[in-house]
Amino acid sequence: METSTTNIEELATREYKYGFVTQIESDLAPAGLNEDIVRLISSKKNEPEFMLEWRLKAFRHWLTMEEPKWANIHYPAIDYQAAHYYSAPKSNKGPMSLDEVDPELLKTYEKLGIPLREQAMLAGVAVDAVFDSVSVATTFKEKLGQLGIIFCSFSEAVLNHADLIRKYLGSVVPYTDNFFATLNSAVFSDGSFVYVPKGVRCPMELSTYFRINAEKTGQFERTLIIADEGSYVSYLEGCTAPMRDENQLHAAVVELIAHDNATIKYSTVQNWYPGDKEGKGGIYNFVTKRGKCLGVRSKISWTQVETGSAITWKYPSCILQGDNSVGEFYSVAVTNNYQQADTGTKMIHIGKNTRSTIVSKGISAGHGQNTYRGMVKILKGATGARNYSQCDSLLLGDKCGAHTFPYIEVKNSTARMEHEASISKIGEDQIFYCQQRGISAEAAVSMIVNGFCKEVFRELPMEFAVEAQKLLGVSLEGSVG
Amino acid sequence: MKNNPQSEIAIGVTLGGEIVRREMRMLEIKNLHASVDGSEILHGVTLKINRGEIHAVMGPNGSGKSTLAKVLAGHQGYEVTKGEVLLQDRDLLSLSPEERAREGIFLGFQYPVEIPGVSNMYFLKTALNEIRKHRGLEELDAMDFLAMVKEKMKMVNIDESLANRSVNEGFSGGEKKRNEIFQMLVLEPKLAILDETDSGLDIDALKIVANGVNSFRREDRAILLVTHYQRLLSYITPDRVHVLLDGRIVKSGGKELALELEEKGYGWLEGNAA
Repeated sequence: METSTTNIEELATREYKYGFVTQIESDLAPAGLNEDIVRLISSKKNEPEFMLEWRLKAFRHWLTMEEPKWANIHYPAIDYQAAHYYSAPKSNKGPMSLDEVDPELLKTYEKLGIPLREQAMLAGVAVDAVFDSVSVATTFKEKLGQLGIIFCSFSEAVLNHADLIRKYLGSVVPYTDNFFATLNSAVFSDGSFVYVPKGVRCPMELSTYFRINAEKTGQFERTLIIADEGSYVSYLEGCTAPMRDENQLHAAVVELIAHDNATIKYSTVQNWYPGDKEGKGGIYNFVTKRGKCLGVRSKISWTQVETGSAITWKYPSCILQGDNSVGEFYSVAVTNNYQQADTGTKMIHIGKNTRSTIVSKGISAGHGQNTYRGMVKILKGATGARNYSQCDSLLLGDKCGAHTFPYIEVKNSTARMEHEASISKIGEDQIFYCQQRGISAEAAVSMIVNGFCKEVFRELPMEFAVEAQKLLGVSLEGSVG
Repeated sequence: MKNNPQSEIAIGVTLGGEIVRREMRMLEIKNLHASVDGSEILHGVTLKINRGEIHAVMGPNGSGKSTLAKVLAGHQGYEVTKGEVLLQDRDLLSLSPEERAREGIFLGFQYPVEIPGVSNMYFLKTALNEIRKHRGLEELDAMDFLAMVKEKMKMVNIDESLANRSVNEGFSGGEKKRNEIFQMLVLEPKLAILDETDSGLDIDALKIVANGVNSFRREDRAILLVTHYQRLLSYITPDRVHVLLDGRIVKSGGKELALELEEKGYGWLEGNAA
């Protein structure tokens, strides 16, 4: 471990400090995707019959689908047969406590800045650490268990809470939904499962850290969060990945379900490897995230800060089915160097007196291309629907781009919509004004960018807000000029 | 000393004449040539300002007044092709804009820019702390800063509500100019260069600005007023008045020179430009 650390320190750039590989033996499936691989994945996880059936249905459907090409992003064709779809660390029997976890793995988490021991003792944040395709340690399970809250890996849930999985899996994102979601449904590896019972307010932020480690392993997480009547849960998702030369595919699916009077808050601070300064390497992040406000007065909030990945394609969305339900989307998306992002949200108003809020802040620097694509759909029966959308773009330099494609579809005349958009540049005169008052150009850009993102950062849980600001600073280094 | 600023003999202690003389000098501009986009705007400006003095630089449009102000502040859009500028004997031109600010140069902008998302208070506190850090002083926290600025806000009639808005956002012309003076009072520069601070102001606003500038006057500070009209100089009495014409100082005099220009305009000096 010492040797690899030294090599890593030589290789690591200032921008990306998580570039390293853990030398653990991996159980790697052969490259390629076919029905046998799907069966292999299911059998490795000891899944019950219904799960295998679901995977196979998805896989067969995937074979009939075509990769979507409408997004405003460009990338070399992905060879789906060249990747490995299963990778698990060899020493995995499901530890009962931290003491039983492979110490190599624990060291990995420490490097990532999430020492499980520390977190378990100090922060009070329960961590479900996903290492490649298999979840490893789950802390605080007992504490949460006392309240009846289930927080475990998705694989575990398939085994121990099959009834909930059967009831809710695919209820928000059906396996036929889209190309990448269908692929995910066939080969999903692992993810998080959360169930909060009636009237329970989850006392701590639940969080998950991901890593893509083994070569050519695309990661396909599957997360399912259910908030029963009157409950509350706040979930944090933060990601890191090592430096790689080949692009790595990340096609996750996240489904959220909120019952009557329940609230789910889902926050993401994304730090995938963005590709180097020439745009080589980096993660392809094609994610389907959707929340269903099933019950009356239910609420789902998505808050995200995206600064990583070579290509980002994601639209966290809300289906506002229950009357008086609320959907929110707060986002800061940064593209620098040669990153491309086509992101946004969909708010679908179905019930009565539903409300949605969209605040999207796009920052482009270097040769980055940032596209916002938002859809607000008001169905016929959605009387009294209200939407507020604010979409702001900030350009740093003159080689980057920002594009906005708002879609509004209203089928009910009582709807009230407000849409504001702005595009601005950090002008040289603004930077000079700051410099003339004693503030350096870098500090000026940071100050102005943070001011620009204030409304979104305000929505993040505190620990994340600090991390997000630092991340923003790092990802915009070298963009002043 | 004030009546005869050209005198280089200090009254009082003369510990090795040269040294004392240099300490009197706040700013020394020697044969400054500067261009923008390849065309030369300043054709050799020479100017000396002593501590405690207020100088005015007047001139018609296009004479290079704002250019001079911006070049002194270190604006990257201008290229200095020849000449030297010393701030208390220190080479100014080799310093970055923020270094010059920390050394004690303040520019009151002619057209102050807006910075959405960044509050006036946060901006000014950050700036002040950078300067304090440079001077080896302790940084102020939000509470101490607020207490300190309250008095100065009153002096220039800046309401507390304006203070919490984003820098200059939605400010009227007069409010922006008053905000510049407010910042000057908080940052306490050694040399304040005020670029057409009077333009666009009504009499009341002008009086407030003049009050602020006059209250700032001190033995260890100097002020350079760049102005087109004589009007401001009725409220702020300059020690020296210089006329800038076609990028050169063609005449210098006392405050009466400003009145003469008011009467005759700039035309009579055109012969001197050559």
